[in-house]
Amino acid sequence: MSAAQLHAATAVAPQAGDVLSIENLRVSYGSRFNAVPAVRNATFSVARDEVFGLVGESGSGKSTLSMAILRLLPAQAHCEADRMRLGDTDLMAAGPAALRQLRWTRLSYIPQGSMGVLNPVMRVREQFLDTIADHTQGAQRREIEGRIETVLAGVNLRPAVLDQFPHELSGGMKQRVCIALAILLEPELIIADEPTSALDVVSQRQVLETLSSARRRIGASMIMIGHDMALQAQLADRIGIMFAGRFVEIGPTRAIFEAPRHPYTQRLIGAIPSIRRRQDIGELARRGLEHADGATASAHPDLPLREVSAGHFAAIEL
Amino acid sequence: MTNDQERKLLDARNLTRRFAQKGRRETVAAVDDVSFSLPGERAIILAVAGESGSGKSTLASMLLGFLPPSEGTIAFSGMDVSHLTRTQRAQYRHMVQGIFQDPFDAFNPFYPVEHALHLAIEKFSLAKNRQEAASLIDKNLRAVRLKPEATLGRYPHQLSGGQLQRVMIARALMIHPRLIIADEPVSMIDASLRAIVLEIMASLRDEHGISQVYITHDLSSALQISDQILVLYRGTVVESGNAAAVIETPKHPYTQLLISSIPVPDPDEKWGAELEETQPAALEPTQTEFCKFIDRCPHRMPMCAQRRPAAIPVGPDQLAACFLYEKS
Repeated sequence: MSAAQLHAATAVAPQAGDVLSIENLRVSYGSRFNAVPAVRNATFSVARDEVFGLVGESGSGKSTLSMAILRLLPAQAHCEADRMRLGDTDLMAAGPAALRQLRWTRLSYIPQGSMGVLNPVMRVREQFLDTIADHTQGAQRREIEGRIETVLAGVNLRPAVLDQFPHELSGGMKQRVCIALAILLEPELIIADEPTSALDVVSQRQVLETLSSARRRIGASMIMIGHDMALQAQLADRIGIMFAGRFVEIGPTRAIFEAPRHPYTQRLIGAIPSIRRRQDIGELARRGLEHADGATASAHPDLPLREVSAGHFAAIEL
Repeated sequence: MTNDQERKLLDARNLTRRFAQKGRRETVAAVDDVSFSLPGERAIILAVAGESGSGKSTLASMLLGFLPPSEGTIAFSGMDVSHLTRTQRAQYRHMVQGIFQDPFDAFNPFYPVEHALHLAIEKFSLAKNRQEAASLIDKNLRAVRLKPEATLGRYPHQLSGGQLQRVMIARALMIHPRLIIADEPVSMIDASLRAIVLEIMASLRDEHGISQVYITHDLSSALQISDQILVLYRGTVVESGNAAAVIETPKHPYTQLLISSIPVPDPDEKWGAELEETQPAALEPTQTEFCKFIDRCPHRMPMCAQRRPAAIPVGPDQLAACFLYEKS
């Protein structure tokens, strides 16, 4: 390892006090003899109270990465990491019972659609009571049960929602229930996997604003997964861009938008049509086509992340 | 049929489509008194924009002749689309083509993708022999920026959504219609590849003279390629006119809400204060005509519950159906 690479590796490495720190996470699917890598040597960290945007197109490994953090990968996935810690808990070493206890209390998840979290044959109230019963005891349980309505009000839901079944709620309301469940036990980290991709733009803005203020209130950190760069510009403090299973760029949101360094990031930002002015559609298409031609793993050689400016890392030749 | 209607490529007048509701006597109007037209003398792209439930797909189904309107008429080059003779119907099926949201649905997974093109060549007798068919396919694939050698012989699962959608556009282009109804053609395509499909739609208009009705929920893409726009809310047109004017200076409160909700890809332009969610307004049960945006409108007035606002000019080529602009 050269001096420059060594420097990059130490700078991107986790700092003390990070909520989540991951070093060289590798996930592959399939058998030992025919393994398809989905996440390749992911190293990143999420600081306290930080929103980390995780961007990449379908198949880039972003959902696999989040499932690996939640330790909810399917059985055929093979997962290894030099380090994966939530606070001072080693997630790789935690057993099933410890993980069950950890989820919702320290680490929570908001899915794309609510179907993965809400049970269709249970009223909303029972879903809350169930989550609370599984993770709390005694006085704390009574205390949390007592503030379900306050938590609901914090995500702009009326208490009447408690007596309804998930199918009686609109898509936006269901996502709000999921947000309420995710913040109920005040976890350290929330992983939100495209939480508004099924919603209209107006509800999308309302739900994301609710999510942001609820997160700020409990001081949780968040990993916000999505492919919509405009949404990331609105919400993320830092952005990590994944391509073919690895990070090609990680940096503060402003640096990513103002000075993207990796060609893939540059195309991603260049191909967003504006809502403000009519652009040259031929030029936009040309950038997209370049991207289509470059959208193969071989077009981007595997380079290590290097620091290009303070806190801004890109997998490029310097 | 008036001369005026014959001069237009497409003329939709007071289109309404009602659906029965389960367990209820009242019907619900998915499209409610919508009128618009496309000029006959030049090709344009008309965007029909709205959220889910706004009636835009029901409108597409009526325009394609899949669903008869409950009320109102659609005239295509002067022909009444609901009362076509057998020859006229064949002509209509040739002249009006559809492109749909999910390109994977449009292909038979058991055949290579060119099968869909050969079917169209056969159906519309576009080629005299196999050689002519092959060169027609080659030419039209190139027109949608696809390399024939990298496309022919491939099965649908071997191509990306963007590539399949372009094969569908090549199919439509090959038939050489006057009008294409494109229902959310880019919403299932990866963001960085949407611009290619949009650019091809613009070239169908500019180079091939094909008018298009572009049905979408994505106003950014509508701004990039459309000439005219209709903004639908619960089946009614709330704002219409020049696409750039409507999107850059929206006048109807709904269009304003819609456009202010679209995230801007710039960390310096963050959303401001939380949007207030307006509670549904109580309506007098006797009222059947009212502004459909009343339950969410920040500017609602008593008259909004009493009658339906008419489209009022708010710019040189811009109409908004809102009492705010009514001169007393």
